[in-house]
Amino acid sequence: MEVLDAIYRAESRRVLATLVRLLGDFDLAEEALHDAFAAAVERWPRNGVPANPRAWLVSTGRFKAIDQLRRRATFDASLGALAQQLDEAAPPADDVSDDGVEDDRLRLIFTCCHPALAPDAQVALTLREVCGLTTEEIAHAFLTTAPTVAQRIVRAKGKIREARIPYEVPSRSDLSDRLDAVLRVVYLVFNEGYSASAGGELTRRDLSAEAIRLGRLIVELLPEPEAQGLLAMMLLHDSRRSARTGPDGELVLLDQQDRSLWNRAQIAEGLALVEQALMSRRLGPYALQAAIAALHAEARDAVATDWNQIVGLYDVLLRLEPSAVVELNRAAAIAMRDGPEAALHLIDAILDRGDLTDYQFAHSARAELLRRLGRSGEAIAAYGRAITLSAQEPERRFLEGRVSGLLA
Amino acid sequence: MKYLCLIYSDESQWPKQPTSDADTMMAEYGAFTEGIKKSGQYIGGNRLQPTATASTVRIRNGKLSTTDGPFAETKEQLGGYYLIEAKDLNAAIQVAAKIPGARAGSIEVRPIAEVPAAVGVA
Repeated sequence: MEVLDAIYRAESRRVLATLVRLLGDFDLAEEALHDAFAAAVERWPRNGVPANPRAWLVSTGRFKAIDQLRRRATFDASLGALAQQLDEAAPPADDVSDDGVEDDRLRLIFTCCHPALAPDAQVALTLREVCGLTTEEIAHAFLTTAPTVAQRIVRAKGKIREARIPYEVPSRSDLSDRLDAVLRVVYLVFNEGYSASAGGELTRRDLSAEAIRLGRLIVELLPEPEAQGLLAMMLLHDSRRSARTGPDGELVLLDQQDRSLWNRAQIAEGLALVEQALMSRRLGPYALQAAIAALHAEARDAVATDWNQIVGLYDVLLRLEPSAVVELNRAAAIAMRDGPEAALHLIDAILDRGDLTDYQFAHSARAELLRRLGRSGEAIAAYGRAITLSAQEPERRFLEGRVSGLLA
Repeated sequence: MKYLCLIYSDESQWPKQPTSDADTMMAEYGAFTEGIKKSGQYIGGNRLQPTATASTVRIRNGKLSTTDGPFAETKEQLGGYYLIEAKDLNAAIQVAAKIPGARAGSIEVRPIAEVPAAVGVA
């Protein structure tokens, strides 16, 4: 039944979010969700699709769960009491209104991204419960095994239950810290998809798409500037996807990319979001990084890019969140604005401090600058260092190509 | 729900602390304790003797082993605790964050395992 398929895709996560609240337990809610859809498969073709499918699914799922608990009560008396309690706490009719449901979706997101859960468990749980990915899909995306992912999810659910992590949207005073945790999970998922940390494929589109979908949902539910900033940044980076790799899967750097391949629709959406985030005057790291990506997106080519403003944005970002990686990115912008010599001094200073000594991109950036300065011997050594640190096949090939260019 | 808030700090720093700082800290602890007594979240709390007095007891393969020192070997040691009542982990974390020691050290928040009560079916 096609209708059912479409309803499953559109509503299953919403129904789950509400069932978790009504039943107070993830596993019980998941089972109830499946039972509700199983009942729909059986009854809808016969009786027709109900006027409000979502409400039908929620109340059917809830009844099935209570029923299930009653049956199990034969073996475990405490379940009988629980079933009684759930039955008496009948949900008010407006429980499945659009507003109520959207609140449940936020509750689900904040619970899955609770900082008391281990970071990798937050990611796995969010992809499982909020995005509806299977354990196998998550394992595949993170290059790990399904049992590992399953174990993380089981542990996280156990902690939610045992330590009593509440199913709620944080209070106003906690919101910004808690939203940071949520955005960090989304950013992690995006990054994993955008620049896979190991393996042969440069991009794993599914995860990036999932992160963008999550980002959209969060902006829709909670239009905070940093949420807008993160979504904008993801869209703007993702817009360059087809230009990032050459015909043989090799890496193409930003200044070499064919900008006609950039996704204009994603850029337009990203630029509008950056503008909204900047107008809030509450600038955070994501909005700043999105603003930098926006300047790249707006430029005809590398030379025509407003490098001065990019350096300025990196300065603000560094004041907000000092980090050697951001310093390195700022140095790359300095190279474009003031030339390779000035940038090389900055990178050498970072490395002399002992920071980023094992960071591949510090060495590849340094190698690039040395190459442009005609210091071939030093450039080859720096490329060599970057190659040994690189975990990605396309990147390694790119760097090796640079070395052979210098040896020729 | 009951939670145990364990206060970790670097105890080697304690003797080096100026008396005025120690007095301020004691006053802050006094105020915090009063605060959670008023809010009804206080169940108990104590300062602990330094870790030199600590022992860790384990049973391995049915045999009792007692070792000198605290459980974890980190640069911070367990220095005290509060046993509190909070409706959920978020509320417990809110209380723990107000413990003065949270600023220099860390607080371990542990839910207290509750003995399951026999539930009679009505």
